[in-house]
Amino acid sequence: MHADPKGVLTGVHFLDGDHACCEGTLAAGARFAAGYPITPSTEVVERFASRIPIVGGVFIQMEDELAASIAIQGAVWGGAKAFTVTSGPGFSLMMEHIGYAAMTETPCVFVNVQRGGPSTGLPTLPAQADMMQARWGSHGDYAIIALCPNSPQECFDLTIQAFNLAEEFRVPVMMMLDECVGHMTEKVIIPEAATIQITPRRYTHRAPDEFKLYEPLDDLVPEMVRAGEGYRFHVTGLTHDERGYPSMNVSTQDRSVRRLVDKLKPLANGRAICDTAQLEDADVVVVSYGITSRVAQRAIDLARQRGVRAGKFRIISAWPFPETRIAELAARVKAFVVPEINLGQMVREVERAAAGRAHVIPVTHAGGTVHDPSTILQAIVEAAQ
Amino acid sequence: MNELSLEIPVEIPADAHNPVEPFLRMDRMPHIWCPGCGIGTTVNCFTRALLDSKADLDKVAIVSGIGCTGRVAGYARLDSFHTTHGRAIPFATGLKLANPELQVVVYSGDGDLFAIGGNHFIHAARRNMDLKVICVNNLTYAMTGGQTAPTTPGKVVSATNPYGVFEPAFNLVQLAEAAGAAYVARWTTYHVKQLSRSMEEIMKKKGFCFIEVISPCPTLYQRRNKMGDGLDTMKYYKQASKVRHGASTSECGLSATGEIVVGKFVDRDRPDYGELLRGQMTETLGDRYAEPEVMCEC
Amino acid sequence: MAKGFVAITVERCKGCGFCVEFCPTHVLALSSAYNSKGYHPPHVIASEKCSGCDLCGMYCPDFAIFGARHAR
Repeated sequence: MHADPKGVLTGVHFLDGDHACCEGTLAAGARFAAGYPITPSTEVVERFASRIPIVGGVFIQMEDELAASIAIQGAVWGGAKAFTVTSGPGFSLMMEHIGYAAMTETPCVFVNVQRGGPSTGLPTLPAQADMMQARWGSHGDYAIIALCPNSPQECFDLTIQAFNLAEEFRVPVMMMLDECVGHMTEKVIIPEAATIQITPRRYTHRAPDEFKLYEPLDDLVPEMVRAGEGYRFHVTGLTHDERGYPSMNVSTQDRSVRRLVDKLKPLANGRAICDTAQLEDADVVVVSYGITSRVAQRAIDLARQRGVRAGKFRIISAWPFPETRIAELAARVKAFVVPEINLGQMVREVERAAAGRAHVIPVTHAGGTVHDPSTILQAIVEAAQ
Repeated sequence: MNELSLEIPVEIPADAHNPVEPFLRMDRMPHIWCPGCGIGTTVNCFTRALLDSKADLDKVAIVSGIGCTGRVAGYARLDSFHTTHGRAIPFATGLKLANPELQVVVYSGDGDLFAIGGNHFIHAARRNMDLKVICVNNLTYAMTGGQTAPTTPGKVVSATNPYGVFEPAFNLVQLAEAAGAAYVARWTTYHVKQLSRSMEEIMKKKGFCFIEVISPCPTLYQRRNKMGDGLDTMKYYKQASKVRHGASTSECGLSATGEIVVGKFVDRDRPDYGELLRGQMTETLGDRYAEPEVMCEC
Repeated sequence: MAKGFVAITVERCKGCGFCVEFCPTHVLALSSAYNSKGYHPPHVIASEKCSGCDLCGMYCPDFAIFGARHAR
């Protein structure tokens, strides 16, 4: 279906990533947000707070991130598309509820505009050090989807995709911005609502006495429902059976928890979202995401000028990790160079997927600013030798 | 259904059924609560209140946290949500704001609502969020084995205060009133009629409504403190309770063996969150304010 | 004939004694029999005194008993 025009600010704009992300939520059909102020993410909800009373919806600033991260899930079960926004310290607070959303299969979006950490860290400066946390931050076995935009335009486009994926897979989706992308101002084109594809919520058409809230369809994803329609359904974070009733035994655990992870497998394979170039003849592939990918592009261009056959693999869907694509490349390239604004996080996934068939060279950065292209270039040149 | 009276035959009409059963997920019976626990008693009262208030049960949602009382959501045959520890109220907030037609009831225990959930309680009360909060207060963390709760009275023994509790306990009704609740009442599980009536009242009242229900936890709280079983506790409630409607909540503190002031203490009219939101938006935006259509029609 | 009757689901009872204690007309007593879980369920000892008020049902934490009026 197409986007609801009420939420689509069609036109050519000059926006920063945070603001563009907000427009993405509105275009995607989000009409409920709960948030708590935290630099550098706050502008997303500040804009939402001023836009939503005119578009038609609700924003509530909750008393903390624990409240915000579960209020959005209450809203989802009430029938809304909902999201919250935060940065590192708030992301840490939200972890229990990210796990709750994964366990209860509540479709919603969490936006993390990453900043320097750990702890209070560098509130106004960029980092990409929450990437592993996005995947593993809550306890137990579960899976999530994470997307990494590298421009304000992508903050708009990928946010819509985040909502769509959340509905398709009944899963929480992490939008992993960084402070740079969130606070840089660029041209953002918002098209006509009729051209924006929205994935509708997979509401069931079955009658209440036939419907089971956790009975998966062929794609391992169950259908959805909302409160107030007579389904008298039950949602719990306890290990539960297809009816949603607590069923705390080994066989239910095995069945249900494996399915939570398996349902997202397509994104690790053919449906991985990435942006690649010059891979056909590449000796060295630069794997990067977010703002670092913009710097990496410069390094790749400089390397090519020097005759080094460098290629670009920009990760857009970071989780599930695009392991199939990386594994294929590992079979025929010499090395991967992985610059990130952290001390080595996604590089571990590249190593895992490469399984020793290619060298993997991290280009780390403790945070606070972007890489200098020369450090990435140096790594590419050394890798090519 | 297995009905028999053991020694003296009684005439039972063939179509007789327990009025509480349509409200329960009978496929999940028997429940997990102990002999003499009062939670089931509160559920009977809640069922009676739902019936008498003629609420549309398709539009009543129940949200609970973690703990023994938190299990009520799993047994109620309503749209029901067993959420995370302490966070039933913010979940309920989102649910209510997405679909204001729902009557949202929060049904949880003293530890869940007032320790880990304390911050959310006071803010929802402050906002006068239209939620009906039923707190079964058994003065302990029952599910996890009887540890000290913010309501555990002084000097009693608990799993984490083996030498006796020495922290002052919360006075929940005073806290609720101070935070801004529109309706505050306290009953015990002995007061089944009055409790049902209070529950019915809150189903019909807009705003943040709070009912504290004192209940036995015979397996942990009472047993550890040699206070007898559930029945002994109910007899204590009967003997020690004093109905004082309109009493000053600051004078309603509880102790281990003392007087229990019960009754309706606060029943005031304040605009609820929804009214305040709409009022402010229409005042500043006028016609530009769009009616919130939070539910997606997709 | 009594105004009301009491129906007891013996297997659900946990012998807490609330119904026996709080029946206003003392219709019930704990029986000496056991259910399969080892609890003594109540039984009716004065059926003619039952008004069908269902206080027993309101008190029962296990949903194991209820009272109702006979239809006229």
